[in-house]
Amino acid sequence: MPRNAALAGCLAVVALALTACGAAPEKADNKTATGKDAATATSAADFGGMDALVEAAKKEGVLHAMALPRDWANYGAVIDGFTEKYGIKVEVENPDGSSQDEINAVTSRRGQDRAPDVLDLGTSFAVSGAQQGLFAPYKVAAYGDIPSAQRDDQARWYNDYGGYISIGCDASRVKNCPTSFKDLLKPEYKGQVALNGNPTKSGSAFGGVYAAALANGGSLDDIQPGIDFFGQLKKNGNYTPVESTPATVEKGETPISIDWDYLNAGYADQFKGKGVDWKVAVPEDGKYAQFYAQAINKDAPHPAAARLWQEWLYSPEGQNLWLKGYARPVLMSTMEGAGTLDKAAAARLPQVSGTPTFPTEAQQTAAKGVLAQSWGKAVAG
Amino acid sequence: MTTDMTSRTAAASPAAAPAASAAPAVRTGRRRARRSGALAVVPLLLFTAIAFGLPAAAMLDGAFSVRDPASGTASYGLGNLTASLQGAYLTALVGSVELSATSAVLAALLGLLLAQAIVTSPLRGLREAVLTASGVLANFGGVPLAFAFVATLGNSGVLTRELGLTDTGWNLYSFWGLVLVYLYFLVPLMVLTITPALDGLRTQWREAAQNNGATHRQYWQHVALPVLAPSLLGGLVLLFGSAFAAYATAAAMVGSSVPLVTLQIADAISGNVLIGQENVALALSLDMVLVAGLVMAVYLPLQRRSARWLA
Repeated sequence: MPRNAALAGCLAVVALALTACGAAPEKADNKTATGKDAATATSAADFGGMDALVEAAKKEGVLHAMALPRDWANYGAVIDGFTEKYGIKVEVENPDGSSQDEINAVTSRRGQDRAPDVLDLGTSFAVSGAQQGLFAPYKVAAYGDIPSAQRDDQARWYNDYGGYISIGCDASRVKNCPTSFKDLLKPEYKGQVALNGNPTKSGSAFGGVYAAALANGGSLDDIQPGIDFFGQLKKNGNYTPVESTPATVEKGETPISIDWDYLNAGYADQFKGKGVDWKVAVPEDGKYAQFYAQAINKDAPHPAAARLWQEWLYSPEGQNLWLKGYARPVLMSTMEGAGTLDKAAAARLPQVSGTPTFPTEAQQTAAKGVLAQSWGKAVAG
Repeated sequence: MTTDMTSRTAAASPAAAPAASAAPAVRTGRRRARRSGALAVVPLLLFTAIAFGLPAAAMLDGAFSVRDPASGTASYGLGNLTASLQGAYLTALVGSVELSATSAVLAALLGLLLAQAIVTSPLRGLREAVLTASGVLANFGGVPLAFAFVATLGNSGVLTRELGLTDTGWNLYSFWGLVLVYLYFLVPLMVLTITPALDGLRTQWREAAQNNGATHRQYWQHVALPVLAPSLLGGLVLLFGSAFAAYATAAAMVGSSVPLVTLQIADAISGNVLIGQENVALALSLDMVLVAGLVMAVYLPLQRRSARWLA
């Protein structure tokens, strides 16, 4: 349907001779050394090895990506590292966009130059996008090392980095920083507890509600206690609906913020010396981890660059860059075994005990349904 | 007084008579002019068809096509529309109507008082200043406005801390907080809308009423307000629409804690959590169009009456 609408839109606009819709990319020189089309290559070997892949990607010269904020999980350094190493320009459109924005761009710009080459998605968007046939299967060199629960068995997507829900706290404004969900209910935190967004929209806020559910007698099958918890916070006046961003953290409008540990830990670095003493704790009573996923657009305008980008992200260099941004890369334990892990960076991560458990796709879908219906009611007022 | 009245009607009737008798003669010429005028409208119609018609058609198409989550095939049905009128979505729709109606009524009252004050004020400069400021403030909205209020009256806002407002139960991030922020741009909008109508109220009417022994209150009740009613209602519709469609201010300020339909649409259409809700968002937009249409339907029949008096 959107395709028809876009077509109709194009026709009407062209008829008016106002402007043309994005031109179709020229895919003249995308054949690999082995005679395969770069758009269907499923591994570096299909190009005739890593060097040939680099060659093909350099010829394209550009990678078009979306929704990669520079201050998120050290993405700034990841992007710069790629450009430095391979001389390929990375264009990031709408850095603060969402997973749905990325999927929308893939479906509405099919065959256009402006379509994103690669996608960094919430795992459930990766799963549903793969079902809709939007992604190209591609196995990076390290594909086999990714835990099987964190990758699609057809290699259409795989997890890239993740983290735990944590409680960030400005120790210069808050006397005793809370370290558990139970603490957050204390009357001393009036108007101070924030999420990073609306949980029906923001993945980290959704994780925050899930973690609160685990802390309050819920389970991966039952998110309701988490919603009730925030309802209680709202009722006793502790919850502030201001969505925490670097700006609100710096200004002190959100002195306590429930967010991914890599974002909270990043704030600590970012605002040191600006009057913000940001402390980060992963609450023992509500441990919830989640990973994002990488995928390649099936109709990527720069198919070779897209594949090289994946190889870069899953190389020890790329993985360590995420780690430096306090995000836990998916190959962390493999790299620890192989001795390629940046130990200093790993030691700076907020401490967590035990291994994370992830909700299944069905559990997540059910939880989202419950959340969409009762979140508004819980925090209204 | 009496002579004045008769001379007026006498003057008016001869003027009206020739106009009526001349009408048939004029008609043919006017029709020709109308035909060539119609051609000049074509670009506008084309523009409207593309800028408004196409999106509206896409919205209708999307709102009625239901996608099966398992197979991914789409078919026409009422599923999205039904979903958009249930549970949290219905709450948001009702919330939006409540918020818009409350702030529109408040802004209309305050705007009317302010406009009346500057219209009757002998200070010409004051009038100009207020009108100019209104023109600027009526267009001050979105995220900047939200942050101006957050910095002033938010949890750690300047006034909040100076005056210790938190202890009095003040909370900017609530229904009434949002109403306050909306008033900031709705009141100036009302002043701009209603001032011409107030200017149109002739002093003679008031004098006539007073000469007949009417009190101030009676004058307003029986003369001024009935004449103003259509303009007031028109202003109210405009304010309602303005508040109903507002998004950025609310999104930046209250997040999800005040249920609003525009926020729900944003969640459904571009987010990291809900999947496959795009068409429900389109159905919600359709609901908004219907609500706006209903409100307009109340106003349009009255517009003609307003034109008769205030032309």
